[in-house]
Amino acid sequence: MKQLLLGNAAAARGLYEAGVAVASSYPGTPSTEITEELAKFDAVTCEWAPNEKVAMEVAFGASLAGKRSFCAMKHVGLNVAADPLFTVSYTGVNAGMVIAVADDAGMHSSQNEQDSRHYARSAKLPMLEPADSAEALGFAKLAYTLSEQFDCPVLLKMCTRIAHSQSVVETGARVEPPAKPYEKNIAKYVMMPANAIRRHPHVEQRMAALADWAETADVNRVEPGADRSMGIVTSSTSYQYVKEVCGDRFPVLKLGMVWPLPEKKLRDFAAGVDKLVIVEELDSFIETYCRELGLPCVGKALFPPLGEFSQNLVAEKLGLPVPQGAALSVPIPARPPVMCAGCPHRGLLYTLARNKCTVLGDIGCYTLGAVAPLSAMEMTLCMGASVSALHGFNKALGAAAEGKTVAVIGDSTFMHSGMTGLADIAYNQSNSTVIILDNSITGMTGHQQNPTTGYNIKGDPAGKIDLEALCRAMGFRRVRVVDPYDLAACDKAVKEELAAAEPSVIISRRPCALLKYVKHAPPLKVDADKCIGCKSCMRIGCPAISVRSGKARIDATLCVGCGVCSQLCKVGALCAAGKE
Amino acid sequence: MESKNIMIVGVGGQGSLLASKLLGRLLLSQGYDVKVSEVHGMSQRGGSVVTYVRCGEAVHSPVIDKGEADIIVSFELLEAARWLEYLRPGGQIVTSTQQIDPMPVITGAAEYPTGLVDAMRNAGAKVDALGCLALAEKAGSSKAVNIVLMGRLSHCFDLPAAAWDAALEAVVPPKFLELNRRAFALGRDA
Repeated sequence: MKQLLLGNAAAARGLYEAGVAVASSYPGTPSTEITEELAKFDAVTCEWAPNEKVAMEVAFGASLAGKRSFCAMKHVGLNVAADPLFTVSYTGVNAGMVIAVADDAGMHSSQNEQDSRHYARSAKLPMLEPADSAEALGFAKLAYTLSEQFDCPVLLKMCTRIAHSQSVVETGARVEPPAKPYEKNIAKYVMMPANAIRRHPHVEQRMAALADWAETADVNRVEPGADRSMGIVTSSTSYQYVKEVCGDRFPVLKLGMVWPLPEKKLRDFAAGVDKLVIVEELDSFIETYCRELGLPCVGKALFPPLGEFSQNLVAEKLGLPVPQGAALSVPIPARPPVMCAGCPHRGLLYTLARNKCTVLGDIGCYTLGAVAPLSAMEMTLCMGASVSALHGFNKALGAAAEGKTVAVIGDSTFMHSGMTGLADIAYNQSNSTVIILDNSITGMTGHQQNPTTGYNIKGDPAGKIDLEALCRAMGFRRVRVVDPYDLAACDKAVKEELAAAEPSVIISRRPCALLKYVKHAPPLKVDADKCIGCKSCMRIGCPAISVRSGKARIDATLCVGCGVCSQLCKVGALCAAGKE
Repeated sequence: MESKNIMIVGVGGQGSLLASKLLGRLLLSQGYDVKVSEVHGMSQRGGSVVTYVRCGEAVHSPVIDKGEADIIVSFELLEAARWLEYLRPGGQIVTSTQQIDPMPVITGAAEYPTGLVDAMRNAGAKVDALGCLALAEKAGSSKAVNIVLMGRLSHCFDLPAAAWDAALEAVVPPKFLELNRRAFALGRDA
């Protein structure tokens, strides 16, 4: 059946049709929907793992056991999973194993825009790169064939514009793959030096064999063009921009496998055109390879190494006409993302700002606390870094820092990589205060369950890790829970725990205001007679509050009645409905 | 086959994903090749969001670039103005007149500009501005602004009403179908 599918949903469909049996992932934009869509198929055991390393190891275990397996992550997630990645390359697989990694050029929702293709080269693994949803579906299936044929996991590389674009696909039926019974094979699967030394030659031979395969594979295709003044080598979304702008004018070598690259095909293509142009987002990767082959080419001299491309950018760089639009001359205020009205993070972050705390932050919605007017975050690096960096910060500065510096980390991020940092504080004893913002969900990526929520990816009851018990078991005697809607309680907790002479954990607990089961109070109302226009209520940066004609105004379509703003109003002008 | 580039812009959380789903399904049912590009993740949190819907004989790029949009559908007035540069000369804007202050306006660092509809017209755009929020509330929910806009947008296409209704039925949960049908009709007939 012909249908429109999101690239991620199409990849999930391809995995399903290929007979994937076990999938384990950690959510991360723009990769999340692959696993969410896969979870809709009852035939697949599908799970959220605490982090990407665990997810990849789960997938490896399932492959070892003889079932086709899968894991997905965003580009920075592959950093976390890099440890198993480089050695699964040595052991190889039993049943097919596919690893999806989604890059985020333009950083729509990421802390960097690293180029995951380098992982394929350095871990010595094949990488397929689809250019639309139909290819995402087809390449997911092909990936399993290659994985079993060449005895290695296969990387399926997505990017924001492929992952989050819908295009037309034709779906097929699921085909159960041939059985691959588990067999004990110590020489293949126990990577101690003596065995790993014997596996490494297999890795090199495999990559040579894959490079041969790439020469004739139809995923690497030459599209003819009459104008041979230029030949373009491209892949992924860049291919679509090239076709949009150039149509069939120039010859194009469209690469569906970006590692290993087809040497002879590239040489032949280059020989047939006057100038070889490489159009690739982010780093010079295909270009670098062409230069290693001694092929003169133009790539990053023309195209930027940062941000997303578009058809206009490609047209401009190739010297083709660029459409123009008319902008307004009036200044248009920016509209950056903000914490939602009723966000439970707001009250706690406001408290930290009021107490002039140095806040070391982490990855999640609460990172938006760095934005004015709260400006309550001074560091965000990677998953879990708040906790370990706090320890380092406090060790460096001692008591001067310990009394005013905190880490803030969400429940899901804490499970991902915060626990090990907390173990470091417990072990090496800095007098640190860690605040876990427990909103009972993985929020930023669109509400995924995690080990602290008590539900699994399908929404069924699951194991639930008790954060308080966990922290106490690590040796923290001071563990307390506060309601972030209660500013007085937050203030008391922060002051007391920072003053305490031992490490402590504050759990700021209230479910995300966007969760469907959360019941909202009616929107607050402004008593215009009482409001003196002091803007105290504006200090929390709530998008539902503005000031018009010198009086506070509450947008009733946004306000969820959390009441945090009313705790800031000294004249009692903000009141719950019915209490005027 | 006629090709069309439609941008749906607004503030994260206003329901643009449902609107693009409806349009995608509609255009596919009419035999077009279709691509729809969305943004998920952090920018959805109350930020400026854009969805691209493209249809034609064969669509390559999933995005629409400056000067390429035939129609910009906007949930919010400032957002229509922000993305104006993406409209082709003489293109059509269909916008709700709703105004939502962005954080720089809330904090007083910037002002919400006035006279935006006239400014966009002066820049050469055709502007159809409509009080969609009130119409959505009349239909039964302030959340139906997206479907009010789709009703309004239906004037820009030469497609049978039954095709719009079938697409609506396909993307809206049954219990909200009648509400959304009312919203669609109110937008179309306003």
